Amino acid sequence: MPSIDTIQPVVIDADEARRVRLRKLERTGSWLLPLIIMIAAIALWDRICVWNEIPQYILPRPGVVLNTMIEDAGLLFSSLLVTLRITVLSLALAVIGGVGLSVLFTQSRFIEMSLFPFAIVLQVTPIVAIFPLINIYVDDQTTKLLLCAWIVAFFPILSNTTLGLNSVDRNLIDYFKLNGASRWQTLWHLRLPAAMPYFLGGLKIAGGLALIGAVVAEFVAGTAGQSSGLASRIIEAGYRLNAPRLFAALILISLTGIIIFLLLSWISHLALHRWHESALKQEQ
Amino acid sequence: MPDRTNPFLILQSIGKTFASGVTALENVNLTVNEGDFMSLLGPSGCGKSTALRIIAGLSSPTSGVVDWRGAPLQQNDIGFVFQEPTLLPWASVYDNVWMPLRLRGVSRNDAEPQIAEVLERVHLTGFENAVPRELSGGMKMRVSIARGLVTRPRILLMDEPFAALDEITRFKLNNDILELWQERGFTVLFVTHSVFESVFLSNRITVMAAHPGRVFEQLTIDAPYPRDTAFRTSAHYAELCRNTSDTLSRAMGMETADAVH
Repeated sequence: MPSIDTIQPVVIDADEARRVRLRKLERTGSWLLPLIIMIAAIALWDRICVWNEIPQYILPRPGVVLNTMIEDAGLLFSSLLVTLRITVLSLALAVIGGVGLSVLFTQSRFIEMSLFPFAIVLQVTPIVAIFPLINIYVDDQTTKLLLCAWIVAFFPILSNTTLGLNSVDRNLIDYFKLNGASRWQTLWHLRLPAAMPYFLGGLKIAGGLALIGAVVAEFVAGTAGQSSGLASRIIEAGYRLNAPRLFAALILISLTGIIIFLLLSWISHLALHRWHESALKQEQ
Repeated sequence: MPDRTNPFLILQSIGKTFASGVTALENVNLTVNEGDFMSLLGPSGCGKSTALRIIAGLSSPTSGVVDWRGAPLQQNDIGFVFQEPTLLPWASVYDNVWMPLRLRGVSRNDAEPQIAEVLERVHLTGFENAVPRELSGGMKMRVSIARGLVTRPRILLMDEPFAALDEITRFKLNNDILELWQERGFTVLFVTHSVFESVFLSNRITVMAAHPGRVFEQLTIDAPYPRDTAFRTSAHYAELCRNTSDTLSRAMGMETADAVH
């Protein structure tokens, strides 16, 4: 596949040269511009603190936040691990639950008709409203948080994978039937691979939601003084007017979310880049 | 060479009415002989594809019988090539061709000689590891044909396989499929709406009429094989095309007369 780099020696007209230049510029700009804006924003944040003489317990300077992150590293990172554990576990359970249920749904329209509304009810009811109930019925702290994060994360996987399993080319289904494929063979060799792009799309959303679910659950549980995740650090820091630590914890949560998203995008790219339209670069 | 007088497949007064009330086929009687290259030619809506689906067993007839003469049909006996290449987009050329064998429990390694042979026959050696999107439309169709032939079927059902291809590619594939057919001696049932294609390929053409779908007339194309580019430009070919075209016009004229309710 010819890329811009391999067709250098060709003589091109001014218009084409301009397009190549523009494309190169866009490629650099796509990471350079956000970086510049980010640095400018942090600098502005710092200046605003200084110019307006804002006290540290209201808005700490970025340098102070960074210092806190380093000084409180032990505390913050052990909390991060707690939150991360809940996030990853609930995401894994969401994958198992979501894919398992959607496979069950595609085995019979009637099962789908019967159960799908319940999945929607679970999805549309705000988790903060359900959590007090979970708090009453479930004893174990980890199970509580897991359940909470799972409820939030599994729906996008379920609905996307169900859509994917049902969007298989009718002719291919006929083709498998013609070759005497069993239900299991059709699922394994045809429906599951065909659903992969949909599933991965759902997974990307679910990754973010699992983190949100974990943090929200900790918030609700944390007020009862039972949790040790990042959210409880934020609450704690809020009570103590320790704004630098609050900011440090907040930034850690954000970074975790970004890393989860990038990781899942990368997995998605690895799985799809050779064949799926969504992962292909447009060539002009 | 198979004996082309030996009946292989007989459709006896096949009718198909959909739940919507549309009658797709009415009293279709058709005999396909062993080794025939038969085209089903007709306007859209004449039920050619429906007939092919019924023969393949993907759909059942409302009335009538599909009679496979001789031995009862095995799973391996039917190859099917769709209008679109209908490949698995995530699988390589090799794995796409392997799939029908894989579904029958043949391992990837055991299938190797068969796959290599059939890929060579459709001129795709060297493309084993390419995925469909890296191939041109014609090459995708070749993979689809290779996949249809890898189980060595006794009959190949083709549902307007070349309709979406450009003319140059179509001519090339026409030559290739004829070559394969002559070499291997299987039977072909070829659905098309192109007069020129059906005359070039077939030894027999069944012209169908629409609303409801039915057999209008059977034609024999008495030009010898192998047919090549010289045949395509010959006066005889032009003559045969004109006759077939006339028959098709009559089939469609009748349709318009009938359509006035």
